Amino acid sequence: MEKQERKRRVVTGILIAAGICMCILGFLGGEAQIVLTKAANICMECIGLG
Amino acid sequence: MGKKLRKIVQAGFGILTNAYVKGFLPGAAMIYQGPLKRFCVPGMNCYSCPGALGACPIGALQAVFNERKRRFPFYVLGYLIAVGALVGRFICGWLCLFGMFQELLYKIPVPKLSVPEKIDRPLRKLKYVVLAVLVVGLPLFYRSRYGAGEPFFCKYVCPVGTLEGGVPLVLMNDILRPALGWLFKWKMLLLAGCVVLSMVIYRPFCKYICPLGAFYSLFAKVSAVRLKVDTAACTGCGACSRKCGMQVDPHVMPDSAECIRCGECVSACPTGALQFTVIGRNAAPGKSPAAGKNVGRGMEKKGGNA
Repeated sequence: MEKQERKRRVVTGILIAAGICMCILGFLGGEAQIVLTKAANICMECIGLG
Repeated sequence: MGKKLRKIVQAGFGILTNAYVKGFLPGAAMIYQGPLKRFCVPGMNCYSCPGALGACPIGALQAVFNERKRRFPFYVLGYLIAVGALVGRFICGWLCLFGMFQELLYKIPVPKLSVPEKIDRPLRKLKYVVLAVLVVGLPLFYRSRYGAGEPFFCKYVCPVGTLEGGVPLVLMNDILRPALGWLFKWKMLLLAGCVVLSMVIYRPFCKYICPLGAFYSLFAKVSAVRLKVDTAACTGCGACSRKCGMQVDPHVMPDSAECIRCGECVSACPTGALQFTVIGRNAAPGKSPAAGKNVGRGMEKKGGNA
């Protein structure tokens, strides 16, 4: 039981670290700019205008 | 107290992430365009809501997939993986405004509908299909003859965009009204359906459709914030299961993919056998399980009130 819990903690840690690394990599690669461009303008599809 | 605290957190977070008051002024026809919009909020929150300060992660994911030059969505996916591994569907239970909206509708005193298990079970898988097809597959592979992609989920399904973006923007701006067509009617129909269903079924959008909940549910067994059962203290009275609006048996499967970590079961447990844990450690160390205490109280309870 304790071993299984430890394994889970390791997986959680790896996933969090991987997620943060991917996030930084994407940010540096200019992906945040794509998100900003989309989010800063009214999304006509989202509001149902086409 | 737990229930009240959750409502305060839900409402507070909803206000905080939609605090661009200028956007709500009549005739403003504008949304927040500042630098915060490059960051995603953790729950479903349309970035076209006049008050939204952040981006919707599901919309952002589709926006990256829609790029002419295909690229791997490191930024948004990494964010979703980190949030999923940290708290999982705790986001659904505590930080999603649309989840709160559905909960409030469920409080309306009308007869409630119990979905039979043989319909409910396969329907729960629908959200994974929505995630795979409408959020990933089609936005990634479909291109119009002009080379443009489409945010299929946002465009054809998402009632959050209609409620938070479409309705307020159309109500406040005459200029948008002539542009209303079949798509707006279709999305209003979906929103109306969602509203009616939410009055009779607890959080139907979260149970059956939400692709963000589907993604976070993949981390149910490994997220840092989880529920844990003290098997020595649990009497199997079933008070937790009766209280659960998501129809989970927390004492049997505390890390179920359907659990939104709302904590209603923790408050309902008469012996304190259910606890929130953070990386396996009790989140409220002062509250130790009191085996045998008030056991009868839980057994007498009938019918969940979610």
